[in-house]
Formats: sequence, C-alpha cells, structure tokens
Amino acid sequence: MILIYLILWLFLGGLLAWLVSRWSTVWSRRVALFTAGAQLLYLLGIWLMNLSRPNLASSGAWLMEVDLAWIPQLGIHIHLGMDGLSLLLILLTDFLGVMAIAASWKEIQYKIGFFHFNLLWILAALLGVFLALDLFLFYFFWEIMLLPLYFLIGIWGHENRLYAARKFFIFTQLGGLLMLVSILGLYFVHGQNTGVYTFDYLQLLGTSMAPSTGMLLMLGFFIAFAVKMPIVPLHTWLPDAHTEAPTAGSVILAGLILKAAGYGFIRILLPLFPDAAQQVAPVAMALGVAGILYAAVLAFAQTDLKRLVAYTSVSHMGFVVIGIFAHNQLALQGAIVIMLAHGVTTGALFILAGALYERVHTRDLNQLGGLWSTVPRMGRVGLLFALASLGLPGLGNFVGEFLVLLGTYKVNAPVAVFATLGFIVATVYSLWMVQRIFTGPNLAGWQIPDFDRRELAIATLMILVILGLGLYPQPVLSTSQQTIQSIQQLTTREFHFLSDHLDHQGRAAIERVAPGRDLWIGPA
Amino acid sequence: MLALLWLVPAFPLFGFLVLTLLSGSETSRRTEALIGVGSVGISALLTMLIGIQFVFSPPAGHEYVQILWTWMDVAGFSPRIAFHLDDLSLVMISVVTFVGFLIHLYSAEFMRNDEGYPRFFAYMNLFVGSMLVLLLADNLLLLYLGWEAVGLCSFLLIGYWYQDPANGRAARKAFIVTRVGDTAMAIGLFLLFDNLGTLEIQELMGRAAQLWPIGSSLAVAAAALLLGGAVGKSAQLPLQIWLPDAMAGPSPVSALIHAATMVTAGVYLIARMHVLYSLAPVILSIVAIIGAITLLMAGFSALVQRDIKRVLAYSTMSQIGYMFLALGVGAWSAAIFHFMTHAFFKALLFLGAGVVILRLDHEHDMFKMGGLRKQMPIVFWTFLIGAASLSALPLITAGFYSKDKILWEVWSSTTGGVWLWAAGLAGALLTSVYTFRMVFLTFFGEPHAYVKEKSPLKAPGWRMSVPLVTLAVLSIVGGVVDLPETLGNLPLLSDLLHNTLPRAMLAAQSISTELILQIVAALVSLTGVLIAYVAFLARRSTAARLTKTPVGAALHRLWFSGWGFDWLDNEFIVQPFLWLARKDKNDFIDKLFQEVAVLNVRMANMLAATQTGRLKDYLLGIVVGAVTIIALVVLL
Repeated sequence: MILIYLILWLFLGGLLAWLVSRWSTVWSRRVALFTAGAQLLYLLGIWLMNLSRPNLASSGAWLMEVDLAWIPQLGIHIHLGMDGLSLLLILLTDFLGVMAIAASWKEIQYKIGFFHFNLLWILAALLGVFLALDLFLFYFFWEIMLLPLYFLIGIWGHENRLYAARKFFIFTQLGGLLMLVSILGLYFVHGQNTGVYTFDYLQLLGTSMAPSTGMLLMLGFFIAFAVKMPIVPLHTWLPDAHTEAPTAGSVILAGLILKAAGYGFIRILLPLFPDAAQQVAPVAMALGVAGILYAAVLAFAQTDLKRLVAYTSVSHMGFVVIGIFAHNQLALQGAIVIMLAHGVTTGALFILAGALYERVHTRDLNQLGGLWSTVPRMGRVGLLFALASLGLPGLGNFVGEFLVLLGTYKVNAPVAVFATLGFIVATVYSLWMVQRIFTGPNLAGWQIPDFDRRELAIATLMILVILGLGLYPQPVLSTSQQTIQSIQQLTTREFHFLSDHLDHQGRAAIERVAPGRDLWIGPA
Repeated sequence: MLALLWLVPAFPLFGFLVLTLLSGSETSRRTEALIGVGSVGISALLTMLIGIQFVFSPPAGHEYVQILWTWMDVAGFSPRIAFHLDDLSLVMISVVTFVGFLIHLYSAEFMRNDEGYPRFFAYMNLFVGSMLVLLLADNLLLLYLGWEAVGLCSFLLIGYWYQDPANGRAARKAFIVTRVGDTAMAIGLFLLFDNLGTLEIQELMGRAAQLWPIGSSLAVAAAALLLGGAVGKSAQLPLQIWLPDAMAGPSPVSALIHAATMVTAGVYLIARMHVLYSLAPVILSIVAIIGAITLLMAGFSALVQRDIKRVLAYSTMSQIGYMFLALGVGAWSAAIFHFMTHAFFKALLFLGAGVVILRLDHEHDMFKMGGLRKQMPIVFWTFLIGAASLSALPLITAGFYSKDKILWEVWSSTTGGVWLWAAGLAGALLTSVYTFRMVFLTFFGEPHAYVKEKSPLKAPGWRMSVPLVTLAVLSIVGGVVDLPETLGNLPLLSDLLHNTLPRAMLAAQSISTELILQIVAALVSLTGVLIAYVAFLARRSTAARLTKTPVGAALHRLWFSGWGFDWLDNEFIVQPFLWLARKDKNDFIDKLFQEVAVLNVRMANMLAATQTGRLKDYLLGIVVGAVTIIALVVLL
C-alpha cells in the first residue's frame, strides 16, 4: 500500500498547495517543497536501508508491491511494484522535483498555487509510470502527465509558449495512441492464447505470438517511447517545448519525462517483445548514433541558450538508445547511469539558464559574454555542468557513457566508434556555450547579482550528486543490477536455453510451473 | 612511508578544493599562496621520502599498489581507484612534484598583481593533482581520468585571462584538438577491454603478451589508437597545432603544463604501455618517424618566430619529438631521461622568459627586446644555462647527456638506423641555432627603444629567483645521474628505470664509435651556436637579406605559420563544420513536420471555403454528388 500512498501523497500535496495559495503564496511554495522533500528523504532512507541488505543485490523480489483490483471485469489492476530500477528513477523524480520547486521560488509569480499543483501532479504521474506493473495503469499515468505539462508550458512559459505546448501535446499524444493500440493488441493476443484477459505486465510477459504480430505491437510501443525519448527524427517537439517552458518545466521535461521513455524501453519493450526488439536493434542503434552526432551539431548552431541545452539532451539520449539496444549488462547499466546523470546535469543547466534569464532577461548568447567577473559562482557551476555534459571523467555522465560504449563495442564496434565521435562535438558545443556566456569581453556591461543562498544550495546539492555518480557510482550500479540481470535473462531466454547449464528436465519443469517465466525475478 | 602514497595527489587536489571554496571570500593573498604553493610543496616532500624508501628498500617486484576503492563493478568490468608505484612512475612524479613546486613558488610572485590569484592557484593545484593521478593510475580508466583532467586544466589556464577572446579561442582549440586524440584513445580502451577483459595495466600487459603474437592486428590497432591520444597530448604530428597557441596562458602555466609535464604525458603513456608497443613494431616505427618529422618541422618553425614564447613552444614540440624518436627505437629509458632534463631546462627557459615578458609589460616580441643582459643579470645567466642545456652544449650541460643517449641508441638500436639518427642530428643543429638566436636577440646587442622606455627593469624577488637558480643548477648537474660509457659509465637513472622498462636492443658497437658520434654531436651543437652568432648578432643583416629572397620569403612564411597545418584544418574541418551548423540551424527535419501542419491548415481552409452559406452552392453540391454516385453504380 505504501506505493499507492507515495503517489497519493504527491497528488494531495499538490492539491493542498493549490488550496493554501488562496491565503499565502509563500506557504503554497513551502507546502510543495515539503511534499516533495519529505518523500525524497523517505525514499533515501529506504534506499540506504536496502543497500546494505542483500535483497537488492541477490535474488530480487520486489522491494515493495501492491496489487488491488481496479476494474476486474476487464482484468485491470492497480498493480504497482518497486525494484532497484524504479527506486532509482523515483529518487531522481523527487530530487529533481525538489530542485524544480526551489528553482521556481522567484521565477513564478502568478497562479502560484495552480503551478505547484501541476508540478506535483506531474511528479505523481511519473511515480506511477515508474511503478506500474499493469499496462493499462502504465498508459493511464503516461497520459495524465501530459495535461499538467501542457499547462506548465502554456501558462508559465516564454514568448512562444502556446505553439510549443501544442506541438508537444500533439507529438506525444500521437505516440501515446499508438501505444494504446499496441497495449490492446497484446491484451487480446494474450486473451485468445490463454483465455485470461489481463493487462497485468507479469502475466503478459512471454506471450507467444507470430513474429509479424510481435513486430507490429512492438512498433506501437517503440514509436511512443521514441517520441518521448526522443529518437531522431521524432525529436522536433523537444527544442520548442524545452525552450519555451518555465525553468521547472524544462527541468522536468529533460530530467524526467525523457527518462520515462528510457524506462519504458527497458521495462516494457525489451521484456515484452524480446525477438522483435532484437530485430529492430540495428536500426535503433543507427538512429541513436545519428541522433548523437546530428543533435550535437545542431546544439552548436544554436544561439538561444535553452535551445542549445535542449539539443544536447537529444544528443545524450542517443547514448541511452544505443545502450538499451546494445542490450548487455554493461550497456544497460550505463544507460541507467546516463539517465540519472543527464537528469541532474541538464536540470542544472536549465536552472542556470533560468537564473540567468531572471537577471538579464535574455537567452540570446550573442548578447551575453564576460559574465565571469560579475557572477563567478554561476560561472563555476555552469562550467562544471558543461564539463559533465561533455563527458569529463570524474563526473556522472562519463561513467554512463563509458559503460554504454564499452558494452556497445562488444556488440557492434562501428556503432560504438561513431558514437564516441560524439565526445568531440560535445566538447565543441559545451566549451562554446560556457565561453559565450562567461568569458570574452562583457560588451553589454552586465552587472548582475550572483547566486544567492537558495540558488547556491540547489547548485551544491546537484554538484554533490554528479560528483558522487562520477567517483563512486557503485551504490547506484548495485541497485539496478538485479533489475537489469533479470530483464536480460528474460529477453535472451531462448538463447539462454540453448547454451544453458539447465538440463532438459529442469527446463521442462520450469516451463510447466511458470510458462515463459522461468528466470523472471518477481514472485510468480 | 609507502602507505602515504595517496597523499601525494591528495594534497594538491585538496588545495584546489580549499582555494575554490575560499575564492570570493576575504582571504589574504598570503594565505592563498601558502595553500597553493604549500600543498604542492608537501606533495614534493612526501614524494622525496617515498622515493628514498622505494629506491633503498624496494618492495617486492619493484612495485607498490595502493587500492583506495572500487570505482565501479559491472559485469566483470571493475576498475579501481588505485595507485601503482614503480620506478617509472617514481621518476615521473618526482619531477612533476619538484618542478611543480618550484613553478608554484615562482607564480606566487609572478601573479602577485593579478586579480584572479586564488583561481590561478586553484587551477594549478588541480593540474598537479590530476597529473599525479595520471602518472600513478594502476588502470587505464583512471589514467584516462587524469588524462582528461590535465587537459581541462590546460584549457582553464590557457584561457586564464578570459576577457580576451583570443585566449578563449586558444584554450578551446587546445582542448578540442587534444580531445580528438583522446577519443581515439577511448576507442583503444574499448578494444583492449573487449579483447583482454581488463584495463588494469600490469594485468593487461601480461595478457597481451600472452594472447597476442608480435604484429597481431589487434595489438597494432590498440597501439595505434593509444598513439592517437599520445600525439594529441604531446603535440606531435598531426595534432600538434594547439601548442603554439597555448602560449596565450601565463608563463608559469607554459612552463609547468606546456613544457615540463602535461605535454610529456604521451611519452609516459607509450613507455607505460611498452609491452603493447613491443607487440606492434609497425606502430613503434611510426612513433619514431612521427618523432623525427616533428622534431625537424618544429625546429624549422622555431627558427623564424618573433614571439619568444612561440620559439619555446615549437622547441618543446621538437624536444618531445626526440622523446618519441627514442621510444620508437625502444630506447625507453633514454626517452624518460630526456623528459627529465627537458623538464628542468625548458621550465627554466619559460620562467626566465616570463620575467622578461612581465618586466616589459607583456611584450612577447624578441625584436623589441635586446641588450637585456646587463639589466637582468640573474635572468640572463640562468636563461643562458637553460639555453646551453637545450642546445646540448657538450659536457657541461644536462641536455647533452640525455640527447646524446637518445642519438646513440637511435644509431645503434636494431630498429633505429642512420636515417633516424641523421634526423636527430639535423634537429640538434636547428636546436642550437634557434636557441641562441633567441638568446642573442633577447639579451645581446643594443636595447630596443621599447626596452629603454621601460627601464630600469626591476630585479625578480626571491620567490622568482630561487626557482630560476635551482633549475639552472639542475640543468647543469642533472646529467650526472646517467653518464655514458665513454664518460664515467655510471647510468644510475637507466639502472633504476630498467627495473620497469626493458633495455634498448642495441646492436654491438665499439666504444670508439660512440666516442666519434659524441664528438660529431658536440661539434654540431657548437656549430649551431656559431651560426646563430653570425646571423643574429655579428651580421644581423644576413638573416634579414635571406628572408627577402623569394625562396627565403616563402620558406619563412611556411615555417612561421607552422607549415600551414592551421590553414588545412581550418579549410577542411572547421569551415565545413561551421557551414553545416549554419545551414541546418533550424533543423530541416522540423521543416518536414511543419509542412504536415501547413498541409493540414490548407486542407481545413479548403474545406471551410465550401461552407459558403449560399443555398445554390449546397444544392449544386448535392446534385453533383448524386450524379457521381449514380454514375459510379451504373458504370461499375
């Protein structure tokens, strides 16, 4: 039940923040901050407790699970489960949620209550996505993220906000609909096979179907996730949405929404359609590499700071894509580390961009320059996260990218080699960005206040996380290890059987007890 | 004592942390300097103590490994944060900490009037810490961390005076060009791990020797990829273009990073991976050839520069070319020996040039100097010693012993030969010509009007003088640690290094051959000084006249621009990239989606246009529709 409370907590906290704003805007902010912050601390506690316990590392049952009937006639359940991977991602969700609320403290000045309601609503929906073990429920949460985000961009965004909000909505909505079709298709295929009509993820695993059906159903999911990830060429909603959104919106979009897609690939697409995923892997990896290089060049071309950072997101997500489809433990673990590190790095860069915009009211790099002498703290923070973004060893992104490339190299060396070239272009755009803001002559004569205590606290926390990920990522890696291993075993089931030490009878026995689920981690 | 090894890099890194956190607060310069210089000083002291213990009571197997923590552990990939001390890394860290300390001390005075004082020391400390991590790393991933971190510090310090966009450009160029090499190196790491299953250097070398036969394609590929990283960092052909521009940084930075330490990281990498390179003789020959070509090309470029620091920059490229040449023929310890003496005399020259530049209000042009001999005696004498050592003047200079060792082993190595030796010898002539051209232009002759205007020039204080004098002493006596057979036969350093590095494979040669070659080398370097004297002091017009002839002018232009590599890179890489970025700034893919949206709007408008509100239009529509349907039914 705790998992349901976690989601409700955020939602109710949001409602309360909205309600309180009638009397006090400050208290509205405080309520929101407390809601997300308290949950973050609680989850951190759970994580630290479980780190030392063996159940994360060894034969992984769900850390927490709940399964309630919702619409039993249709086989729809409120089935939530948390394992290492979901725990990491909801930790990220709450962490960036807190950062986003804190970063909006001064930026958002109207409809403050509604703003925080939307923000917490998104966080709640994200938690749902990361925890759902029922595909209908997954779809439900996936879609209810859209509305508050639409409001967030459309109400509190920059000049071109309505265009961006609409574009974002249409792209993701179309992707989502394809996913719905696929979910229903899977539901009926499974129902016809077994007579059991259910949306339950665990039961749908291992559904046997014709390869062509599998491919079609897989593509529905693939396109939905590819739009959100985003995979080039379905990325064009992203620069507009990220640029026009308020700081909190950009942080959540880049830091979390994109991760929901990565999570979808890992949790849903790979285990449900192992064969089809394998077939499409070369194409997906090629698109990933194309995205890394293409978006990096575009990032360099931008003169709008937020747009630049937005394109770097597309570029970095390319690494996640190839990591996921390279599909070995190194690459998948790397993809997860990138998701976390990128969330923090890009979040920090957007917060920096927002803080700059508050002070100089422009995002145009041509009008900036030479700010180091007036805002050295901002300069240091910006430099550090630009370095993280270009993959400097010692910072989180490097660990993820290196693992992904190492794993990819084993599977497909040319893809790894071309992806590595992304390091060079990343260096070009990152240095260019820092230099255009902070160095050179201060032609516009900007004299602006440096980071205040609140902003410094945000930056410090984010720096600590990115350094931790870079120098001691092992706790994170051990947390997700079990999930990755079980997903891998699931997806390479057939291959596994051919070469496995399991004898014939043992295999048959497992097949009898739990058809197609022999090596699955979860409780049957 | 050995257990304190981790403190050697930890102190400078800690200094960086403290200085970064302090900056912006009201700390006095004194405290800042104390932290910045002190942290490296303690590090140097610790290195000395550790070194003494290591040399006199060496641990088993002449290596000491200190594991701090496991960095990550995924599917058999488990690099550690661990340090590995052996004779090679000991020599390297000794030079880095000691020379690093002297340069920090010098900087305390040099940067005295700079507003970014703590920032400067923070970056310098970060550099020393990272360089030590690079040298002590027990696995290639940690080495790569140090490798990238020193590159970062180089970027930060080249662009230290950030308000000038030219400095920013130079900084960017240095980072990006070296990153090209680093990317090749990263791919090399993937290849090594994929095939050998570890990145731990000792283990890796063991497995490589076991699994790969000599000349195997994997060994060749791995060695070539790592070489990519090495030529980038060490400014060798074809990634050498960043180093001359890197002189935009303050002079102590040039001395520390772009002369004594970081740029020799490539040499260290190849020496460290010598087992791998021995498995790839083709690549090793390429290393030698790259070294030979770079040392000549850079030598010619140094000959025609006006900027004193650019002379030294090209000279550094050229001297590292010697080290590559040595590595390429398997003369591992000779390369490290030259690294050491080069660190002394080149750091000295940069620091000397730094004083000159500082006293002349950041004037770099040697043709605006002259006659400084009398005005700055300490600088003159120490600079002269450094120049003599760089030119390898016989017997009395450290440079002579190390360069001679390289030339001798190139000549007699089974993989060397007369051509490579000749290239080295020609380079030696160039070296002493350009070096003494610099000395004569700067310190001799009549003072330029500009100098007179700035006179009298203030003498350097003790914090600048002590490093100058110390380095000058080392530039002279540094050679005694490795005396050749003809002169005392006391190869202490080589013996030490041979605990780690194999001996060069030398064909049998008589001692008289060695003596003859030494005399030839000595004569060549003295000839160079003579040429420089005639052309740039006694009869200055000769050189000027030479550059007026058509051929002379063309060569001058070619050499002055560093053989046109900048132009090539600009035309074929930078401009196409910029063109592409400019062309596609608005993302042509987005245009396609826009078209879909536009199409939708058009269609909506067309349909909307049919809604006229006039009855006869609708009636017409109904009639046409009905007729069409009936026609279709009848016809089909």
